Amino acid sequence: MLIFQCPYCGIDADETELSPGGEAHLKRFGPGASDEDFESYLFMRENPKGVHFERWRHSNGCGKWFHAARCTMTLEVFGTYSAQTFEPPQEIKDKISQKRPGWSWRNFS
Amino acid sequence: MKRYSAFAIAREAYRHHKGWERAWRNPEPKQKYDVIIVGAGGHGLATAYYLGRNFGITNVAVIEKGWLGGGNTGRNTTIIRSNYLQDPSAAIYEKSRSLYETLSQDLNYNIMFSPRGVMMLAQTQHEIRGYQRTVHANALQGVKTEFIGPKRVKELCPIINLDGPRYPVLGALWQSRGGTARHDAVAWGYARACSDMGMDIIQQCEVTGIDKENGKVTGVQTSKGAIACEKLGLVVAGHSGVLADMAGFRLPVESVALQALVSEPIKPCMDVVVMANTVHGYMSQSDKGEMVIGGGADGFNNYTQRGSFHHVEETVRALVETFPMISRLKMLRWWGGIVDMTGDRSPILSKTPLENCFINCGWGDWRVQGNPWVGLGYGRIDGQGSFPANRRVFNVALQRGQIYRRKRRSRSGALMEGTCKSLILQRPVQISHNPLNACERLLVNVEAGSC
Ligand SMILES: Cc1cc2nc3c(=O)[nH]c(=O)nc-3n(C[C@H](O)[C@H](O)[C@H](O)COP(=O)(O)OP(=O)(O)OC[C@H]3O[C@@H](n4cnc5c(N)ncnc54)[C@H](O)[C@@H]3O)c2cc1C
Ligand SMILES: [Zn+2]
Repeated sequence: MLIFQCPYCGIDADETELSPGGEAHLKRFGPGASDEDFESYLFMRENPKGVHFERWRHSNGCGKWFHAARCTMTLEVFGTYSAQTFEPPQEIKDKISQKRPGWSWRNFS
Repeated sequence: MKRYSAFAIAREAYRHHKGWERAWRNPEPKQKYDVIIVGAGGHGLATAYYLGRNFGITNVAVIEKGWLGGGNTGRNTTIIRSNYLQDPSAAIYEKSRSLYETLSQDLNYNIMFSPRGVMMLAQTQHEIRGYQRTVHANALQGVKTEFIGPKRVKELCPIINLDGPRYPVLGALWQSRGGTARHDAVAWGYARACSDMGMDIIQQCEVTGIDKENGKVTGVQTSKGAIACEKLGLVVAGHSGVLADMAGFRLPVESVALQALVSEPIKPCMDVVVMANTVHGYMSQSDKGEMVIGGGADGFNNYTQRGSFHHVEETVRALVETFPMISRLKMLRWWGGIVDMTGDRSPILSKTPLENCFINCGWGDWRVQGNPWVGLGYGRIDGQGSFPANRRVFNVALQRGQIYRRKRRSRSGALMEGTCKSLILQRPVQISHNPLNACERLLVNVEAGSC
């Protein structure tokens, strides 16, 4: 069972208190975008066996959206961070590097 | 290959059963094959089988990182049905279901196909309307289904509780020729037939890289060394993303855990398959007497082959209302499989940007029942590098591609609107979400939300 610490209310919440929200840091494309960009925004997803970044919502708690970094192979959680950012904070990236040297995810590493 | 028959059993009985031969060889890889299939699940093996049987291509290796049939093929709840609303889905799954009827004879291997009947409960007014619509669609598609009332449900499945209170049974979509098959036996039967045709099934051999030259595939790197090939088929279900990464393209697929569990064996008490989509649980009784129970998939990416406990709890809690007797059962085993889900739950059978490399994935949680057909169709893609335009089911699917082509000519705003709507309504999305080439992608609309 996954347990995340909500970066807003500080509570350790397990999955039953949370709702998964899919891949993090998606770049959104809307009207005016090319078909390819729009299609890829809608459907293409990172699907790594290893380090992954996601959006979660503390739905049965404070209700806030937040970000999480975790491993899809071991379910290990590297950390959670605010939703108001376009990329993972350095501190989270460093934590991952300690445990998974040489990791990369999209343009981040 | 010595054929299995009643005579063979009698003969072996006289010989103290010393004359049985191994069902398949366990060869070391050759340096090169015409075709390499990655993944010895039901789909990979069926692909190899029909490549050999229908196209005479037998210089084939099926490469498997674990043991054959150890992926989702050996982890599912074995239900086979074709009661789908959309034409392409109904066509594919009905063709597949009908192939299952004679697959044991075809393979000379008892796959224990048991068309015991599949019942999908209507537990809301909305479901009644939905299933009545499906029955009408099935009538036009030539799939035999009917809508039955609660009384008939109770006759067919006496252990059911019709009265709720939360989820009363209001009727059911009944497919009398749906049922189950022994999933392992499906893989084993195909494997035996493939091996007999001279194909190599190479187990405990993980593909770790894909070799290419000038945009063309030339072979694979494996834990048993490099193996060259002319054509490569990726049929790895939950690991499609990993293999696509090696080949250098992206997929609209996410891997999530889907779970099932079985109870202790009990006396025969239920001889149909019952599915309850509102509460997301389904149940059948295995030949050993275990109650086989499946539920919903987790909502997040996962490669661990075990799902979240609370999902099981939810499934069982909901089923207990409809089947009060299972509250006393002890559950014996519980497991998960990694299923490859596309955004619109439509599978992908396609060429890829890497020439001579093909992919079959995105069947998510409903593929066992698609096994024979997909093998048949996909074998054709691998074998001839082209889609079998002469197959009716493929034609239907190809028309979807044409719809997409037409749509693409319109302004992107219109396209966008159509797509969003489809997603919101949870209707099959008619836009290809293949990274590759939309027209080459076979779009098969599996109803979103069917478990
Ligand atoms: C709990 C559960 C219940 C289900 N219930 C049903 C049901 O009732 N009815 C139904 O129709 N479907 C059901 N399904 C879906 C069905 O099981 C799958 O869709 C189907 O078995 C997939 O077959 P496959 O051959 O594509 O994949 P798999 O059987 O998963 O085969 C893929 C193989 O690829 C191998 N592989 C992966 N990576 C590599 C690599 N790098 N190198 C070499 N080999 C590799 C894996 O080890 C695996 O053996 C269910 C699935 C689950 C998990
Ligand atoms: Zn919170």
